[in-house]
Amino acid sequence: MLEPLSPAFAIGGGFLIGGAAALLLMLTGRIAGVSGMFATVARIADAGPPWKLAAAFIVGLPIGAALTSLLVRKPDIEVTSSVPLLIAAGLLVGFGTRLGNGCTSGHGVCGIGRLSPRSIAATLTFMAAAIATVFITRHVVGA
Amino acid sequence: MRAIVPASVAGVTFGAGLAMSDMVNPARVLGFLDIAGAWDPTLAFVMGAAVVASAIGYAFSKRLRAPLFGKSFFIPENRRLDSQLIGGAALFGIGWGLVGFCPGPAIAGLVYGMWEPWLFVAAMVAGMALQRVISAQRTGARMAKADA
Repeated sequence: MLEPLSPAFAIGGGFLIGGAAALLLMLTGRIAGVSGMFATVARIADAGPPWKLAAAFIVGLPIGAALTSLLVRKPDIEVTSSVPLLIAAGLLVGFGTRLGNGCTSGHGVCGIGRLSPRSIAATLTFMAAAIATVFITRHVVGA
Repeated sequence: MRAIVPASVAGVTFGAGLAMSDMVNPARVLGFLDIAGAWDPTLAFVMGAAVVASAIGYAFSKRLRAPLFGKSFFIPENRRLDSQLIGGAALFGIGWGLVGFCPGPAIAGLVYGMWEPWLFVAAMVAGMALQRVISAQRTGARMAKADA
């Protein structure tokens, strides 16, 4: 069981995430969608931002996480999933985010922020699917 | 390219936010998704604050003629709900719920010296590549049909 996280860290972190998306939009004109940017960096996207812009953003993610661990707080990371589960989940997330054109950042944070009907529908769908999956794996199969 | 520095700053800030809010921890994310268990509200606070900040940024951007370091805004204008959007989101949600990683936290988590995010991200690349191949084949088949 995890210790509850102080809401100050949760809300502060959320403002950093949304603030970063706001900054990227106002400065470069691009939507901070991690799955799309990452696909561009991996050269498996047919459209999207310039490679250098996407690479600069994607490389920033682990750097920001490392700086936060050093300067603010070190997150406890607990991954309990098995190797086959990690592979299956990665395949589904990769396939699904490209088919659906976005993930938690592009549809969730940016899309809802501009009230895009597609992003609202996508976010409701992936939230519902994720909640159902956790319910099944923890309370039906795992019970 | 003038946009590289601002894009780096945005990426570092985004990654810092993911780490500060514990979204890099799959157990934290699964705690939010587990509404029938010991529910953890953290993700709701994070998402709420992030949406507010991004909405403010979007409102400001509408008052700008162009981004400060670019020629124009690239904002999706498609408003149509289709089966690809919903199907893709559903598959993504299932994968997210299996482990608790979505793309941003998994990539940010590459830095913690654990092998699990690396395996997840490698599988994610494979999934993205597979989707591209299938969609190219379907487009090809549609075009062949139109030619016939």
